[in-house]
Amino acid sequence: MPNLAFDTAHLLAGGLVLISFMLLYQDRLTSLLNVYALHALVLALSVAWQAHLQNAPHLYVTAGLALGFKAIIIPVALRRIIERLGIHREIETVVGIGPTMLAGMALVGLSMVVMLRVTAAATPIARQDLAFALAVVLLGLLMMVTRRNAVSQVVGFMSLENGLNLAATGARGMPLVVEISVAFSILIAFIVIGIFLFRIRERFDTVDIGALDQARGEHR
Amino acid sequence: MNHFIVPPQTVPLIPLGAAALLALLPGYRLTARLNVVATLATLLAALSLLFEPLRTPGPYLLVDDLNIVFIVLNTFVGFTTSVFSSSYVGHELEIGRLTPRYLRFYHAMYQLLMAAMNAALMANNIGLMWVAIEVATLTTVLMVGIYRTHEALEAAWKYFILGSVGIALALFGTILVYVAAQPVIGEGLQAMVWTKLVANAAYFDPALLNVAFIFLLLGYGTKVGLAPLHAWLPDAHAEGPTPISAVLSGLLLNVALYAVLRFKMLMAANAAAITPGPLMVTMGLASLLFAAFMLYRRRDIKRFFAYSSIEHMGIITFAFGMGGTLANFAGLLQMTLHSLTKSGIFFAVGHIAQAKSTQRIDDIAGLTETHPWLGWGLVVGVVAIAGLPPLGIFMSEFLLVSSTFARAPLLAILLVLGLLVAFGALFLRLNGIAFGEPRGVNHPVKASYGPLFAHLALVLAAGLYLPPLLVAWFQHVSQLLG
Repeated sequence: MPNLAFDTAHLLAGGLVLISFMLLYQDRLTSLLNVYALHALVLALSVAWQAHLQNAPHLYVTAGLALGFKAIIIPVALRRIIERLGIHREIETVVGIGPTMLAGMALVGLSMVVMLRVTAAATPIARQDLAFALAVVLLGLLMMVTRRNAVSQVVGFMSLENGLNLAATGARGMPLVVEISVAFSILIAFIVIGIFLFRIRERFDTVDIGALDQARGEHR
Repeated sequence: MNHFIVPPQTVPLIPLGAAALLALLPGYRLTARLNVVATLATLLAALSLLFEPLRTPGPYLLVDDLNIVFIVLNTFVGFTTSVFSSSYVGHELEIGRLTPRYLRFYHAMYQLLMAAMNAALMANNIGLMWVAIEVATLTTVLMVGIYRTHEALEAAWKYFILGSVGIALALFGTILVYVAAQPVIGEGLQAMVWTKLVANAAYFDPALLNVAFIFLLLGYGTKVGLAPLHAWLPDAHAEGPTPISAVLSGLLLNVALYAVLRFKMLMAANAAAITPGPLMVTMGLASLLFAAFMLYRRRDIKRFFAYSSIEHMGIITFAFGMGGTLANFAGLLQMTLHSLTKSGIFFAVGHIAQAKSTQRIDDIAGLTETHPWLGWGLVVGVVAIAGLPPLGIFMSEFLLVSSTFARAPLLAILLVLGLLVAFGALFLRLNGIAFGEPRGVNHPVKASYGPLFAHLALVLAAGLYLPPLLVAWFQHVSQLLG
């Protein structure tokens, strides 16, 4: 029985890392949102499994939030925004897919080396959850820096935040997890509303020097 | 727990209540006054904490000798800024840059920001501290974008994304601290209580603490505006309303630095963990040197002083990174005086930008002739921020430089280089702004000089005479910081 518990948690957390990789090579916004919904779904399952293992019913709230808000509402809302604003469907990347994937692999390796080494004292489940969580966080950061499009940056941020949820639920008995996941959901809601209201399409470091000067308030 | 005259919870709760009230009330006169009254009440509540005996910390809130310095400073600048803000937004309403609806939103957000900052400063729980700093970030993002111009929205978005990444990294660090604490303290709330953490830190896994501190330093360091994570700061200062620039520079950066200091104390309690000092020294020096050179190329007056804030946060982080009673003392003094001076400068700059209808440095000249009060106020402020005697910052910088020379002469040379470079830039620009032939439009402006000159007077007084009580207090806190 403990084996099943560990293996399932391992499978779900590992799945999250894999889906983070899938996010990296999507080249269309709609498919990116689908993969993100899958990311959130796996997170919800993982959190629910932790709630079951730790006998911590409050974690079901976090799981429900991940399922209802992140896996359904946010992807649907973002899809409508894309259609409404007519944002071009292709994702512009700063770095090509190949180098990005290689960098991603290096980051996952790094997080395994770092986290497994420093968490020798923790329980096996917490240990692998933290290692996978750091991998998801770093992959999310990688996605944010390699994309130009605001929507895909936000998806990167949300996947990063899923990694944080994984870490927080993996740390046994951590207080305030539910509050923190609610706070993050509010943050994400703000971001999505921000995109819609302010019609932000691009990140602001374009190669257009004129635009740069305008953004920096420096008129030389 | 029942002998308190004023329970410490009131310090964050007063602004929270005021935020709810201000969100509902219409009208400029009433709400601006209410805003001032609420911040004054918060200041009085914070001051009353000084006269009460130290209490046993609860699982959520803590008042000790360290954070009370920050709380009093925070509520004081919050109060003076609200006075400045009432005349500032009055002008903005007249020229139509703000609509009454946005004004209501602005006042509610201002109070919410105060509540969040006070909660972060009083938090004895690292989870609560994180949530409070996140809320403070969100409210400032919303206020930076309040003018809804293209530039303001860009600045808000940039701040939002970088700030979110920062707080995400800080959360990961917080989780790691909990994971390190949990085997020693046990599961649950107690393993996030800061006083418990420090008491038991010696038994934590040092490797895990090291990794946690790196995440916390990067995460909260983003909010301090340390190079290379400072990119959001100049935009956010330049595009938002000036009272917000004053609060950002004077207070929010301090709150983030306070979080770093708390975790530094935690690291110091574990003998096997890395010493955070060298990391902070490096980031502080890098920020100082980078910002000092960048000052020369600024063309926007608010952006210019935003870079000066990065420079000063670098100096302060450097001081706390050096550690030791003397350097910590210098750091505390520098932080207090920088908050007062920089918010004072922004008070002057806010009215100057209104009087000249521009923030471009090239279009502002001869202020001492056209607007003598504002012009000379700015001159005194810049003299103070540049670290000239007899104003207070001279003393803290002198203390820091001399203590650094005694311990690490090479670092001191870099420090002095940064200070001198920044000094040159400040006076180069000040000369053009304050003196010479007046240029451009000159609107009359109903300025409130009270907050500006109150701050400058305090900075001057600190340079001439520090009361022994204050010195003893700061020395005690410096020893606490280690």
